Parts: sequence; C-alpha cells; structure tokens
Amino acid sequence: MTDVQITQTTAAPQAETEGLSPGQELRQRMLGHTGFLIGAGLITLVVLIAIFAPLLAPHDPYAQSLANRMLPPIWQEGGSADYLLGTDQNGRDYLSRLIYGTRISVTIGIGAATIGLLIGVTFGVLAGYFGGWVDHVISFLLTAQLALPGLLLAMALVFIIGPSIWVVIGIVGVLHWTYYLVVTRSATQRLRSLDFVAASAASGASAPQIILHEILPNLIPQIIVIFTFELGISILAELSLSFLGVGIQPPTPSWGLMIAEGKQAMFFRPWLVILPGICLFLLVIGANLMGDGLRDITSPEGRNG
Amino acid sequence: MSALLNISNLNVSIKLPHGTLSAVRDTTITLQKGRSLGIVGESGSGKSMTALSLMRLLPRSGDFTADAIEFDGTNLLSLDDRRFAETISGPGIGMIFQEPMTSLNPVYTIGRQMTEAAVWRGMMSAPAARTKAIALLDRVGIPDPEGRMSQYPHQMSGGQRQRVMIAMTLMLDPKLLIADEPTTALDVTVQAQILDLLDDLRRERDMGMILISHDLAVVAQRTDAVAVMYGGEMIEQGPAEAVLRLPAHPYTQSLLNAIPQISGAPGRLGAIPGLVPSIMQATNTCIFAPRCAHAHAACTAQRPPSRAQGGGHMCRCVLDTPPTIVTSVTPLRASAPQPDTEPVLSARDVTRVYTSRRGMFGPKRDIRALDDVSLDLRKGETLALIGESGSGKSTLARILLGLDHPTSGAVFMGGRPVAEVAVKDRAHFVQPVFQDPYSSLNPRRRLAEIIARPLELSGHGSAAENDALVRSTLELVRLPLRLLHAYPSQLSGGQRQRVAIARALVTKPQVLVCDEPTSALDVSIQAQILNLLDDLKAEMGLTCLFITHDMAVVHQIADRVVVMLKGQVVEEGAARQVLRQPNNDYTRRLVAAAPRFEAKTEEMEIVQ
Repeated sequence: MTDVQITQTTAAPQAETEGLSPGQELRQRMLGHTGFLIGAGLITLVVLIAIFAPLLAPHDPYAQSLANRMLPPIWQEGGSADYLLGTDQNGRDYLSRLIYGTRISVTIGIGAATIGLLIGVTFGVLAGYFGGWVDHVISFLLTAQLALPGLLLAMALVFIIGPSIWVVIGIVGVLHWTYYLVVTRSATQRLRSLDFVAASAASGASAPQIILHEILPNLIPQIIVIFTFELGISILAELSLSFLGVGIQPPTPSWGLMIAEGKQAMFFRPWLVILPGICLFLLVIGANLMGDGLRDITSPEGRNG
Repeated sequence: MSALLNISNLNVSIKLPHGTLSAVRDTTITLQKGRSLGIVGESGSGKSMTALSLMRLLPRSGDFTADAIEFDGTNLLSLDDRRFAETISGPGIGMIFQEPMTSLNPVYTIGRQMTEAAVWRGMMSAPAARTKAIALLDRVGIPDPEGRMSQYPHQMSGGQRQRVMIAMTLMLDPKLLIADEPTTALDVTVQAQILDLLDDLRRERDMGMILISHDLAVVAQRTDAVAVMYGGEMIEQGPAEAVLRLPAHPYTQSLLNAIPQISGAPGRLGAIPGLVPSIMQATNTCIFAPRCAHAHAACTAQRPPSRAQGGGHMCRCVLDTPPTIVTSVTPLRASAPQPDTEPVLSARDVTRVYTSRRGMFGPKRDIRALDDVSLDLRKGETLALIGESGSGKSTLARILLGLDHPTSGAVFMGGRPVAEVAVKDRAHFVQPVFQDPYSSLNPRRRLAEIIARPLELSGHGSAAENDALVRSTLELVRLPLRLLHAYPSQLSGGQRQRVAIARALVTKPQVLVCDEPTSALDVSIQAQILNLLDDLKAEMGLTCLFITHDMAVVHQIADRVVVMLKGQVVEEGAARQVLRQPNNDYTRRLVAAAPRFEAKTEEMEIVQ
C-alpha cells in the first residue's frame, strides 16, 4: 500500500504545487501596479539625489555671493546659466540648496517613521497578543496621544530641548506611532487566534518566541504600508516645524526653511516658494502613491489562501 | 409533464490574474416540475458556479454563455437584468446559501427581513405578509413564530437561522428552490432535520428543487436525480438510485469508495490520487484521465462522448460498459490495540469555567465549558471524542495539549501531573493537528521551517539531525521532498493537512490530538488522510485522540468512543458497541443522523 500511495502522489505532477511563492507573487503584483511603480520611482530618485548630493550640486549650498542675490531661474529674464534655478536672498545657489534639502527631508522622513514604527509596533503587538490589562493600558496611551495637539506639543518640546535635526527627528517620530499601533494591534489579535500559533505553543514556544517567529513575519506587509505613509506625514511635519522657525535652523538647507525664508519675497520672487513646494509635493505624493500601491498589493482580497 | 428548467450547454468562465478559468463546460440540466435534482462534486468542480450563473450572481470577473436557458416557458437569455430581478429571482427561483450566519442582515428584525421583499414588490399588503411570514415560520419549525418576528438574527442559533432563510425564500412562492450546501455549516443532528424539511416543503408545494452538495450520500437520499460534476464538467447524470447503486463513471465509483461507511467492517478507503484540476484552456481529453485507474490511450486521444446508460442515465466516459466496481474491501492495516494497556494521557475531574464580563465594570458571567470530565487515552488506541459545536470537546483538547488550564481537576501525562512535565518536553509527548489546514500553517514560512520548528523549540539535536528528521517525516506523510522549500499557499488543502501531521509527528510524540482534521477537506482527500492515519497507526503504534462529529469517520478509525454533551461525558465505550447500541438518547440521535447508504452492488439496500 505504501508503494501505491507514493506512485499515486507522483501521478499528477502538474498539480503538485499551485501558484507562486508569496515572494514571487508579490513581485508580480508590484510590477503590474502603475501607481506603485510611479511612487517607488519618485522615492528612489529622491533617495539617490540625497545620497549623491555632493556630486550633483553645481555649487556649495552655503556659499553666499551678495552680488548675485535673488537671481531668477534660467527661463526668466535675467537668469544665468551659472545658477539654473536662480539664487536666494543671500545669493546662494537655489538648485544646490534644493539638492541638499533632499538629505534633510529623507533623513527626517526615514528617521521619524522608523522611531514611530519601533514604538507603535511594540505597543501594538504587546496589546494584541496579551490583551487584558496590557491592552487597557496601551489603549489608554493611544487615546491620550490622539487627544494631544501634535504640532503644538512638538513646538513646545523643541522650544524646551532646543532645535537640532536629531531633536526634530526624535520628536516627530515620538508623535507618530498611533497608526502603527492601531493596525498591528488588530492584526495581532487576528493572528493570535490562528491554529499555527496554538501549534507553536503546544510545542513549548514562549510568548517572545511566538511573537518573533510566528506573528511578526505576518505583520511585515502592513508595517511597510504604514511606514510609507508615515514617511510623507513626517516630512510634512518637519516642513511645518521649520516653517514656524522651531525646526531645522538656518543656514542648513531644508525645504521647509527655504519656503519660510522665501515667503517675504513671495509676491515678487514666487519661485523661492514654488520650487521647494514642487519638490516637496513630488516627494510626498511619491510616498503616498507607493503606500497606496503597497496596500493594494498586499491586501488579502483576491488572494487565495 | 413540461420541463420547469432547461439549461443546455452552459459555459462559465472566470477571469483570473493569470488566465481565464473555465469553471463550467457544456453542462446541460433538465428539471421537471416538482422534481428535485442533486448536483454533487468536490470543491472546484463548478457546482456552485452553475447555480450562480442561473441566478446571475456570478462574481464580477465571471461570464457565462449557453445555447438555451428556459425557465417555466420563459427564455431567460433574452431577459435583461431588470426584468430578471423583477420576475424571476424571488418569485421564480429562490436561493438558499451555505452560511446562515451571514445571509441574514444583523441590523433588521426577522419580521422586517421576511416581509420586505413581498411588500416592496406589491405582491401583498403588510398585514397579509406578516400573517404569511408567521405561518411560514411555524411551518419551518420555529417555536413561538409570532415572538420571533421582532427578534434579531443574533438571538437565534445557526439551525434556526437557516430555517428562517428557507421561510424567507418561500415568502415569494418560488417555483424552483436552489439550495447551495444548505447544511454544511450546521451540526449533524440539525443537518438531517433541515434536509428533511426542504424535501417535505418541495412535495407540499410542488416546487422544483436543486440541492447542491459535496456529500453524495446526503444528496442521493433526498433527490430524484443526481448530477455528478468534476472539473467543471457534468460527468454523470441520472436517477439517484441508479447513480448511487450502479455508478457508471470511474470518478463516481471512486467517490463512493472514498466515503467511510457506517455499516459493515471498516476497511481501507478508496482514496483518489491527485487533485481536482483547474481547467485553464479547452481540453480535448477526458479530464479525469490523470487520476483514473482505468485510463488508457483512448482517454487522452479525444474528449469522451456523453453516453446513455439507459433510463435517463448518462455518463461521459470512453468505456462502453462501466468498469466493474471493486467490491472487496481491503482491511485496515492497523490492528486493534491490546486491551487495558496503561493510560498515556488522562484527564481527572476536569472542569473549566470561563468568566466573562460585559465591558470593564460589567457583572461577571460564568460559562461552564467542561464539567467534571474524566477520560483515559490508552497506549496504541484511537479514541474518538464526539459532540456538537459547543459541547466542550475543543476546550478539552486544548487542556490536554497544555494550551489551557483546568479550573479544577488535573491532567496526567504518562502518569505524571502535567505541571511536573516541562513545557519543552510536552512536545515530545503530545502534539496537535487542527481542523483548518489554511490557518494551521504560518503562511510566511517554508515547509522545512514549519516542520522543523518543534525540534528547534525543544532544543535537542543538531541542525543536520533535525534536517534528516524533517525529510524522513515528510516521507512518512507521503509528501514529495521537493516541496520542502514551498510555502503553504502553494499547496492544496489535503497537502497542507499532511504538513500539519508531519509537524506534529516530527518530535515522535506518544499522542496525537486531532481536532476535526478532515472536516474541512473534500471526501477524496479525507479518504487519503484517514488512510494515512491508519498507516501511521500500523507503522508507529500511534495513540490518537480524534475529535469529530461524523459517525462514519468514527466507525472508520476509532477503537473507543467518548460522547460529550454540554461539557459532560454522556457515553463512553468500545466504538462498535456505541455505534450499534447507543445507550444515551443523544448518542442515538447522532448515530441516526449520520448518512448511511450502501454503494456495493450486492447489498442493494438503503438503510434509512
């Protein structure tokens, strides 16, 4: 009978495995999603610019040239080929400052979104896995966080601690963990009731072993989606802080700061505000398109099993 | 007599990301007024798609064509969707779905949901509809129908909700009733009642009925004609008696052999190798040929013609005469265990009380899931634990596995209290196999990782030793080694259940606790798994606690039986004896509810 069984299993080799592995399927879905490809392309471009800023920037972003103050971009009357996008109030090359500005935005985006991720996912998994009073305490923290006016609190904290890029990253990150918590908490609650968790527990796995080995790998798709959204949100938060003067301090080239500095001359030299605005718009929309795309790609609808 | 329904050459195709699935091909159905037809098939055979295309309820990516669809003298193909919704769906054809928990809207009362359609269509006034609804609720066996009218769905049990669904469908007096797996989600004792009710109603009202099910035995007992579907094709069709007793197609024969029988001595089941195919492009061969024991060159040379077998019995097979049915039963490999061996796992006076609160400060409520349960699992035996949903059998399993702790009482593993057995060593003692093969494997891990995990957790053995153990266990459950690096999503339900068994066996435990391991699987796959468990018993002397609600499976696999009802053990004894002469009233009902029939030609007797 044993032999028969084995020959029987090999009788239909074409039906042995159906479909692709989760990784292969994900790759296929990614390549078929236009929104995701555009978003991921924009983000990759900005990150590359940030990394290679010293090679790409035609001038030193800090070098002032008072003779060349407020030059318009090249396509306007009076523009020069030396300064493709013109200069600012202190005669610094605007293109170079925009290129270096990507470094600030990308660092703050990734840094703050990562800090939020660590806090939110830890709380979310703990609340979802243990339930009971742990869940009550963490849910109370969540309610408290949601009740606080974020920007006001951030301003107050920066004011107390003192402004620097690391302080801004830390504060923006510490204020943006709620979305991670809400999603990972409910996902953990659902996963916890599945049989593979019980099977692991029956083999003697402890709670940390179950969380790390069984639950976290299943949360990765959701976490990546939220990370991408938080990237955009954190960048905008930095912009608001810098615009209000409590974020990045001059002369560091930050898009938010550049908009703030340009706003006095906005009606006569609109490019001072419009150019960093366009950069920011592209970066944030790239992050959101990528997040939307990832959500579509990883959502369970239409997937069998 | 005129035909009530006539479908000829129905084709359903569904667009999928990687191609078009041909879900139903060239299916022809004729149903006379007041007659009933059963459509039987395993999952993926196209039986539901046939019904959904008739009701125009196909998924958005689906499409159907047909030479003709006539219902009660109306050509349905020429009817636009609006006219179809007004005149056919509801007053013409009514449909009952599988899941009674989700087919009623939870925010409206039963009364409103029942009367809404009839009143909205202007078929009757609100008071008349109410009177009729109460009468129908009474007819389908709902106690206190008038009081029920103002209740909400969550206040009723699953069986009652399905009765309400039936009554609701009957409000519009349909000429044809389609029931798609109406009892699959219900307890066994309720299943039989609902099916009998449907059959009675059909006779009373002279309705046509199409009963869709995966269970050939259930369907054949209650319908005039049976159609067997496989891979999107109707491969056999005919009077129920003829199909059940003299099946002509090799697939129907194999399917009948795969069903565990409650009468006679238990024997090896006729498992059908391989999987139900998904047909992506038009084929010119017999679709069953790769799994067929009688396959020869002619099967793959052309598509088999539909042959008449006499008496309206049709079969799509190249063989002129149906292959003879193998009637000899291969005995089970495992022999009965030695009587009175020492117990390896026992529960003593186990009580489990769950305390729930409404909100944070609400009053406490106690739910007694287990009440003073004692049970011994002896070395080498298979003990079946039987009971309906809510009887506490899964709670007991969790406690025996060490996943939950009794409120009072004790569990002993190999004579020692469970508290004295280190958590890490329990895996070498008792391991679980769960019901749902889709949730019991971590979707993000490869099979090799999943099966090796209990070994890693116990911390014994080197990586190379563990790897060798994983490979030998994979062979033990008859899975090819090349699947080691596959993910669970790439496997079928039956293959996944084999992986779950492999994971449970890799630590060489003394006891396996199987919680309904086959109830989510198709019959042919269930037969494979039950045969595998028989092999393991014979080869390893496995001790097994087998939780189930299916008496035929009990008969197939169990040495002893424990019956649970509302958290208490109501009957215990040798399997043969309990099945033959149940002492307890509840056990009698369970045994009576089990579908029984004889597929063998010699014993032409249907025990009802």
